Amino acid sequence: MTTETKPQVETRKPVEYTDARLNANAPAGPLEQKWSKHKFEMKLVNPANRRKHTIIVVGTGLAGGAAAATLGEQGYNVKAFCYQDSARRAHSIAAQGGINAAKNYRNDGDSVQRLFYDTIKGGDFRAREANVYRLAELSVNIIDQCVSQGVPFAREYSGYLDNRSFGGAQVSRTFYARGQTGQQLLLGAYSALSRQVAAGTVQLNERTEMLDIIIIDGRARGIVTRDMVTGEIESHLGDAVILATGGYSNVYYLSTNAMGCNVTAAWRAHKRGAFFANPCYTQIHPTCIPVSGDHQSKLTLMSESLRNDGRVWVPKEKGDARSPDKVPEEERDYFLERRYPSYGNLAPRDIASRAAKMVCDAGQGVGPGGLGVYLDFSAAMKRLGENTVRARYGNLFDMYERITGENPYKVPMRIYPAVHYTMGGLWVDYNLMSTIPGMFVGGEANFSDHGANRLGASALMQGLADGYFVLPSTIGNYVATGGYSQVDSSHPAVAEAVNAVKDRIQKFLTINGTRTVDSFHRELGNIMWEYCGMSRTEEGLKKALTLLPALREKFWSDVRVLGSGNELNQELEKAGRVADFIELGELMVRDALERGESCGGHFREESQTEEGEALRNDDEYCYVAAWEHFGDPSQAVLHREQLQFESIKLATRSYK
Amino acid sequence: MKITINVWRQKGAQASGRLVKYQVDHVSPDMSFLEMLDILNQQLISKNEEPVAFDHDCREGICGSCGVMINGLAHGGQLATTTCQLHMRSFKDGDEITVEPWRAKAFPVIKDLVVDRGAFDKIIQSGGYISAGTGSAPDANSTPIAKENADLSFDAAQCIGCGACVAACPNASAMLFTSAKIAHLGLLPQGQPERKSRVLNMVATMDAAGFGGCTNIGECSAACPKEIGLHFIGRLNRDLLSATIAGGSSVD
Repeated sequence: MTTETKPQVETRKPVEYTDARLNANAPAGPLEQKWSKHKFEMKLVNPANRRKHTIIVVGTGLAGGAAAATLGEQGYNVKAFCYQDSARRAHSIAAQGGINAAKNYRNDGDSVQRLFYDTIKGGDFRAREANVYRLAELSVNIIDQCVSQGVPFAREYSGYLDNRSFGGAQVSRTFYARGQTGQQLLLGAYSALSRQVAAGTVQLNERTEMLDIIIIDGRARGIVTRDMVTGEIESHLGDAVILATGGYSNVYYLSTNAMGCNVTAAWRAHKRGAFFANPCYTQIHPTCIPVSGDHQSKLTLMSESLRNDGRVWVPKEKGDARSPDKVPEEERDYFLERRYPSYGNLAPRDIASRAAKMVCDAGQGVGPGGLGVYLDFSAAMKRLGENTVRARYGNLFDMYERITGENPYKVPMRIYPAVHYTMGGLWVDYNLMSTIPGMFVGGEANFSDHGANRLGASALMQGLADGYFVLPSTIGNYVATGGYSQVDSSHPAVAEAVNAVKDRIQKFLTINGTRTVDSFHRELGNIMWEYCGMSRTEEGLKKALTLLPALREKFWSDVRVLGSGNELNQELEKAGRVADFIELGELMVRDALERGESCGGHFREESQTEEGEALRNDDEYCYVAAWEHFGDPSQAVLHREQLQFESIKLATRSYK
Repeated sequence: MKITINVWRQKGAQASGRLVKYQVDHVSPDMSFLEMLDILNQQLISKNEEPVAFDHDCREGICGSCGVMINGLAHGGQLATTTCQLHMRSFKDGDEITVEPWRAKAFPVIKDLVVDRGAFDKIIQSGGYISAGTGSAPDANSTPIAKENADLSFDAAQCIGCGACVAACPNASAMLFTSAKIAHLGLLPQGQPERKSRVLNMVATMDAAGFGGCTNIGECSAACPKEIGLHFIGRLNRDLLSATIAGGSSVD
């Protein structure tokens, strides 16, 4: 591999991949007409017949909650599941900054086309064009829908909606509700869901975890769940299954995800035949509170919106131990403003994170261990006054102070990158259907819209687009197309899946080893962060491929899970999740090794420009990597979906 | 730091519980309260004792999963702070801390520190929404909303449904929780058509779930991690009175 800049003249012929099993099913025709054309061509289910069809929805975050509510409104018989004690607690609730929409209320040049382009470019040209365009199109409907539900977005004195700017965009298109946008949007979806529960169209099962998927005649027909209070293992059957179970950042142990976030539903589906796409695409968010010690159980994000007014800097001098107020202006390195003058502190997440890592690796980092950079509001407070800064970010400043014990109005925040989001996920086509017919995947759990890097304020947009608008249409088409027969729980596939779940639980409870589940999870996290984190090398990845199978073996012979399966048993829950994370970790590493280019959040040290920027290789890697499971992750087989760009030209992603 | 902690242990809903004393050494002041419980659990497992069950998820103070009585105070009594955001630096070396689950008839204990807060969901299901089906919405800016109303509505909408208000109230009343939703929706123009039926239905569900009445003590608001104001209960009562005078019943 070379570290030189790519030559101007192309001599090699690009490699083209096609795999019949990875048909994106995107409708033909001009980009801007695809979705309306598709909506017209899709089959419909008569309103009176919808209640005869059962749709299973796993997860009640933005994608799952919105899908369950909307399918319920349409009249389907919906069974929704979440592991939390209430649907309102899904992790979408923690999203802080905002949600993008191409409303152009600022009159600053925004449009569907621009949001589409920003998102494709933000994802480093590794997302599917048709899906992303539809996302940008639907963004405007989402804001309308949420406002009509009573989501209290921030407003101006005129009474009209306010906007702020987010990374990777030069227009102001982010709608927000103070620093709690995800909370307000989720509570909107939860209220719509609650209305359907009362109406009897949605049966909601809380504290219930999906542990396997039931496949009959090649189609997803149901799930196996465990009641987390009684331990009862049950099967649920239906016409189609939607997984909206979030991302897998917790494979790193420390991440900004909630403690319970897990990959189990997606991983079980993968093991039953769903292809897992681009698992190595992970997002490291630049502005998180640094790790304070070995006891740390999770990391806390400080919203990207802070970079609207906060300036990121480190001392120019290595190992400068002076307190920040003692470092004069000319001895500070505002490295984002210096390296990316046109986007400055609002450079996209992957770029800002890597830049922070570079200065810390160079010895300029601040705080314990030198793993931190300053996020400084003193200039903003001088310009706007402390009260304005308080009005914009008050709750975030308070949270920072509660966690660190430092007052950010007086001293600059210290921040460091942390794992935040996973762009990879189960492979889906334009209908959001996986390679298992009848199994649909929405929100962070699928791979489809963010390519190799997600822009800020785009996750909420995608979750709600999938949940309110895409899935309710495509599910209808699947059900109306039919071709499958009625099934009941006497089918042998049901007993097989139920028994597999029971055996696995029994196995955890009888290993009687010496180590806690958490100790394995931490060890896994360390391996993943070290070798498959912000920066990856062939050597490191190969090392991880020797460590992970060994860890898996140790886990299955030495983990200690106390208690029984017939009660609330949080260690048992964790054991199942960590076992799946260990396997996923191996697949992530294989994917990262296979992708010899740098793109978005995936940075291979062997593939960078002279200035240390990511060097993409469109000739060889302009595809979605979709992995098929065989036995264990080392046997997984790679399939490729060639990405076709019809309306835009591939370009070097520059924010300079 | 060394901490002694008395934890409520209860095997299941039907079992009787008791406080059990544990010693936790090597507590760092930078740890959150829940991370201290994590350490305790790792200790217990290594001694082949069952770990303490407690609800928690985001650990950022927003999901509302966590919540225990710490020395008799909901979430430990630090202003505007959930249990997960309470840090050990607010305790002293050698402190003895008592940890109990929320206590309320409407929140039965499931195990140890875990309670069933499903009654809150029932209250929301009985009217805590605007019936705006997907697809029916007009343009978001077609209805301007005065900034002060939007802000006040947001203040109420911040409720995380943790249940601290109920746990702190001597009557185990859910008035602050219910009023937060009534106020959030009632302050917005979109919330007007269902305003009367909403308050009647939600209050009826709240009463049926076994929550106590409100006697204006104010512990709820003091314990609330989102500082939801007591004045929202005033709004609920006003809505309830006007809906009742208008001859509404608790059915649409």
